[in-house]
Amino acid sequence: MTYEDLLRNSAERDSRIVVLTAENRAAIRNLPASLGERFIDVGIAEQTMVGAAAGLALRGRIVLVHALATFLTLRAFEFIRTDVGIGNLPVKLIGGVPGFLSDANGPTHQAVEDIALMRGIPNVNVFCPADLQELVAGIPAIINHPAPWYVRYNASPPGVTHTGRFQIGQAEVLSNGSDVAILAFGFLLREAERARHILEERSLSVRLVNLRTLKPIDEAVILAAAKETRLLVTLEDHFHTGGLASIVTEILFRSGVQAPLHSIALPDRWFKPALLEDVLEHEGFTGRQIAERILAAASSTP
Amino acid sequence: MTTEQHTELSALALRVREHIIRMSTDGGCFIGASLSCADLIVYLYRHVLRISPETVADPGRDYCFLSKGHDVPALYGTFAELGYLDPKRLSHHLHTTDSIYWHPNRAIPGVEFHSGSLGHLLSVAVGVALDIRIGGGAGRVFVISGDGELNEGTMWEGILVAAAKKLDNLTVVIDRNAFQANLPTEDLIPLEPLEPKFEAFGCCVRRTNGHDFRALEAAFDGLPLRKGRPSVIIADTVRGRGVPSIERRADRWFANFTHEEVEMLLKELHGGAASALTSETLIVR
Repeated sequence: MTYEDLLRNSAERDSRIVVLTAENRAAIRNLPASLGERFIDVGIAEQTMVGAAAGLALRGRIVLVHALATFLTLRAFEFIRTDVGIGNLPVKLIGGVPGFLSDANGPTHQAVEDIALMRGIPNVNVFCPADLQELVAGIPAIINHPAPWYVRYNASPPGVTHTGRFQIGQAEVLSNGSDVAILAFGFLLREAERARHILEERSLSVRLVNLRTLKPIDEAVILAAAKETRLLVTLEDHFHTGGLASIVTEILFRSGVQAPLHSIALPDRWFKPALLEDVLEHEGFTGRQIAERILAAASSTP
Repeated sequence: MTTEQHTELSALALRVREHIIRMSTDGGCFIGASLSCADLIVYLYRHVLRISPETVADPGRDYCFLSKGHDVPALYGTFAELGYLDPKRLSHHLHTTDSIYWHPNRAIPGVEFHSGSLGHLLSVAVGVALDIRIGGGAGRVFVISGDGELNEGTMWEGILVAAAKKLDNLTVVIDRNAFQANLPTEDLIPLEPLEPKFEAFGCCVRRTNGHDFRALEAAFDGLPLRKGRPSVIIADTVRGRGVPSIERRADRWFANFTHEEVEMLLKELHGGAASALTSETLIVR
C-alpha cells in the first residue's frame, strides 16, 4: 500500500479526517480528486496551514498536515507550539524529505533539528518510520491517538525485515546481541542493518534496535541495551543536539545508569548537498563507514 | 436600533469599562487596548453573534476569536455582564487559583481559543470557517484583530488564503485604535490607506466608527458584505476610550494603577475630573 492509498482509505473510513498541504503534492497527487473538500491546499503558507489545522481540529477534525519537514517545523514552529501544542489538538504533522532525504536540496531544506524542536513541545509526539512499510503501519495508530504528532515522512523501500507489530512507544529489537547496541530510527535503519552484518562478520554480537517513535520512546529497551551490551551507539541524520543522542543521554542520566555511549550524528554543521548515496558516503553514514566508526569506538571502550 | 437598545448598549459598555478599570490594578492589564474595543465587543456579543452562555459548545454557534489577546479584560467584562462568567471571578484577576490572566484562554467558557502571540487566530478562524463550510453549517466566524497586529505577515497570508477559499462566512474586525504597543501605528509601520489593502487582497471592506452603536449596526448589517468574499470591518476607535486621562496616550497601553488611582479613574469614567495618575506605567511586551 502506498502512503496516498493509506490516506485515502483512512479518510474514506473516518469522515473526521481532512488533509492539508502547503502545495507539497508529490506524494499525494490523486488525493484532491478522492477527498474533495476534505483536501485543502493553502498554497505556500505553512503558518496559515498549521493555524487552520488547529481550527479544523477545534471543530472535531483529525487533521493530517503534509508539507516539507523544514518549512513545516521551522517556518510554522510557533504555530505548532502555540496553536497545536498548547491546544493539544489532534493535528498530525507529516514532514517530507527529513534529514538526509533532502539530498541535493541544500541546507535550506535540511530538517536536521526537527526532532529537537518537535519533542521539545509539550503534548507533541514524534514518529520516525524506517520505511514505507512502517509509515503505513504506524499512521493508523497515530491517527487514532488523540494527541498532536510529528511524523518524519519516509516512504523508502524497507532495508530490514520487520518483526513486530507497530505500537506507539515500543521499539522493535531486530537482533539480540550483547557486544554493541545500535539504536537507530528512520531511513538510516537501512544503513544500520548493513553495519550490523559487517560487524557480525567481524565476530561482534550486535543488538539492532529500531526505535520507531522517539516520543514516547521505549526507555525499557534502551536501558536494557545499556545494561546488557558493552557499547551503546546512537545513529541519526540529525544534529548531535536535541535528537536521539540527547534523548538517550537524558534517559541514562535520569535512570542513574552508566554506559559507554557513542553518538553518530551530524556535528554542528549542515551536510554536503548531493544525491542521497553520495551524501551518505561524504558524511560517513554508509553501512560500511558506520561499522568502521563503531569498531573504532568499541576498541577505545574499556 | 431603538432608543431603548441604544441606552442598554451604552449602559452595558459603561459597566464593561468599569470592569476593565478594576482589572488595571494588583498587577494591572492592557487597559488602553481594552477600552478601545469595549464598544465593539459589547455590540458583537449583544447584537451580532449567534451565541449565548448556553450555546458556547454548540457546533452551530457563531465563533468569535479574540486575536489581539491583550484586550481580554473587555471580553471578560462583557462575559461577566452577559452571564458567561461569574463576575466575582474578575476579582481573581492574575490569581493562580483561577484562569484569568493577561491573555485569553479556553478555561473561561466562551473563549474559543487562546491568543497572545499576534497573527495567529485569523489562520485558526480560517480552519473553523473551512470546516463549517464543508459541513454546510450556517455558523459565522469573526476575528477581532488589532491594527498593530497587521504588522504580522500571517495576517496577510491568512487573508490571501481566506479570499482564495472564498470564505464569506468569515469576518475580520479591526480595532483601528491607531496605536501599536508604544507608538502610533502611522509613526512606526504606516497602515493607511487600509481599505484598499484588504480590497486588493480580495475582501469586501466597510469602515465605521467603532464607538457609535448605530454606525456599528450599519457596518455589520447584511454580512457577508459580498457573496464569495471574506468581510472586513475596520472600526476606528480611540485607545483608552472613556477615560480622557488615558485616551490616545502611548504610555497608557499597559498599566498597573494603585487602588486610589482606580477609584479616580472610575469617577473620571462617569464624568468626573481628570485623574491625577502617578503610577509608573509599565511598557512591557
